[in-house]
Amino acid sequence: MNGGPALVSIMRQGSTLIASVHTALDDSELVRFEHDLIEQIGEHRSRGVIIDVAALDVIDSFAALTLRRIAEMARLRGALTVLVGIQPEVAFTMVRLGMGTGQVPTALDLEEGLSLLAQQAGGGSDSPGRDARPGAAP
Amino acid sequence: MDDRPDEQPQMQAVHERHSAGHGGEHLLSQLVAHLREHRTRLQEEWSQRIQQAHLLSAMTPQEMAAETTSVYDNYVEVLETGNVEALQHYARDLSERIIPRGVETHEVVGIVLLLRDVLARSLFEKYQRDFSMLNEVLDAYEPAANRIANTVAVSFVEERERVIRQQQDAIRELSTPVLPVRERLLILPIIGVLDSERARQLTEQLLSGIRKHRAKVVVIDITGAPDVDEAVANHLVQTVDASRLMGASVIITGLSPKIAQTLVTIGVDLGKMNTIGDLQGGLEEAERLLGYTVTRKEGSTSS
Repeated sequence: MNGGPALVSIMRQGSTLIASVHTALDDSELVRFEHDLIEQIGEHRSRGVIIDVAALDVIDSFAALTLRRIAEMARLRGALTVLVGIQPEVAFTMVRLGMGTGQVPTALDLEEGLSLLAQQAGGGSDSPGRDARPGAAP
Repeated sequence: MDDRPDEQPQMQAVHERHSAGHGGEHLLSQLVAHLREHRTRLQEEWSQRIQQAHLLSAMTPQEMAAETTSVYDNYVEVLETGNVEALQHYARDLSERIIPRGVETHEVVGIVLLLRDVLARSLFEKYQRDFSMLNEVLDAYEPAANRIANTVAVSFVEERERVIRQQQDAIRELSTPVLPVRERLLILPIIGVLDSERARQLTEQLLSGIRKHRAKVVVIDITGAPDVDEAVANHLVQTVDASRLMGASVIITGLSPKIAQTLVTIGVDLGKMNTIGDLQGGLEEAERLLGYTVTRKEGSTSS
C-alpha cells in the first residue's frame, strides 16, 4: 500500500461492506479502489456492498464505468451493490451526458441503501421502480 | 460661433445628426428661448390637444397639469442641451408611476408626438414670413424632437417589459411547488405551459426536494399542462432518470390525450417511465410502493 491519506474508506458492517469515497478520485485511484473493494468482498464474505459518493460533486464517465464494473464484479462474487448519495446536480449531469448507472440500484443515502439491501436479503423484490434484478437471487 | 463656447461639447450630439450648416446652435438657442417665452400658452394648448384626443384619461386634471409641466420643461431642456439622460430618467420614473394605472403605450407616445406638433406649429407661426429661416429652424428642431419621442417611447416600453419580466418570475416561482403528501412521498403538480426554462427549474426543485424530504416516490401530475414539445419531453425523461439515481421512483399522471399523442408521434422513449392515468391512481400506486394502506373508518362522514 502506498502512503497518503485514505481517499476511500472501506468498512465492514455485518455482511455488508460500506465504501465511502471522500474525494474525487483520478483514474488510477479508481482502479486501485476497484481492486481493493473486490478483494475485500471475498475476504469478508460480504453479501452486500454500499458505495457512498455523497462527497463527490463530479462523476465523470470513467468513474461511472468503474462503478458499474465494480457492481458487476461484486455480483459475480455474490454481493449486491447499491450506489448511494448521488447529489442532485451530479444526478442530472450524469443523465444529461447519457451515463446512467446501468443495472446498479441507487438509493438516497446510506440508511436507504442499507434498508434496500435488507429488503433484498429478505427475498423481497418489491423495491420501488426496480424489480427482477439479476443477481438478486438469495 | 464664439458667443457661447461653454455649450459647444453638449451641442455636438445634435450637430452631428444634421448638416444644417452654420448657425444650427444659434438657431436652437433662439428656438429654446422662444419656447421658454411662450411656455404657458403652448403648454395650455398642448393640454387641450391631449384632452381632445382622450389620452391619459386615467389621470386627474391636477396630475395632468403637473406631468405636462415637467414633460414640457424636460423637452425644452433636451432641445437645449442635446443630452437625453435626464429625460430618460424622468421617462422611466413617469412610466413606473403610470403603468400600474393602466396607461397604454399609444397614450404616452401620443402625448409626446402631440407636444412635438404643438411646438412645430408655433415655430411655423413665428417664422412663416421667412421661409428659408423656417427651413433651418426645422432642420435643427426635427432631429432633436424625434430623438426625444424615441427616448420616451423606448423608456416606457423598457419599463413595461421590466414589469412583465418581474411578474413572469413571480409566476414561475409559484408555479412549480414540490409538495410532501406523506412521509417520503412528494407531489409535483404542473399547471400551465412547460417551457424549457420552467422545465429546468422543475428539475432543480424536484431533485433538491427529493433530498430534503428523503422522498422515495414522486408523483408528477401534468393534468394542468396543455402541451409539451420534444425538448421538454426529453427533459422530463432525464428528470425521471436523475430522480432514480437519487433513489426515488417517479410516477407520471394525468397525461392528456393530446400530450400522449404528441409523445408517441415525436418518439420520446417513455418505456422506462411509470405512467398512470390520473392523480388518484398515481397516489394509490405510490402508497402501494411505500407500503401504505388506506382504509376508510366505518360509519364516518358520508353514509
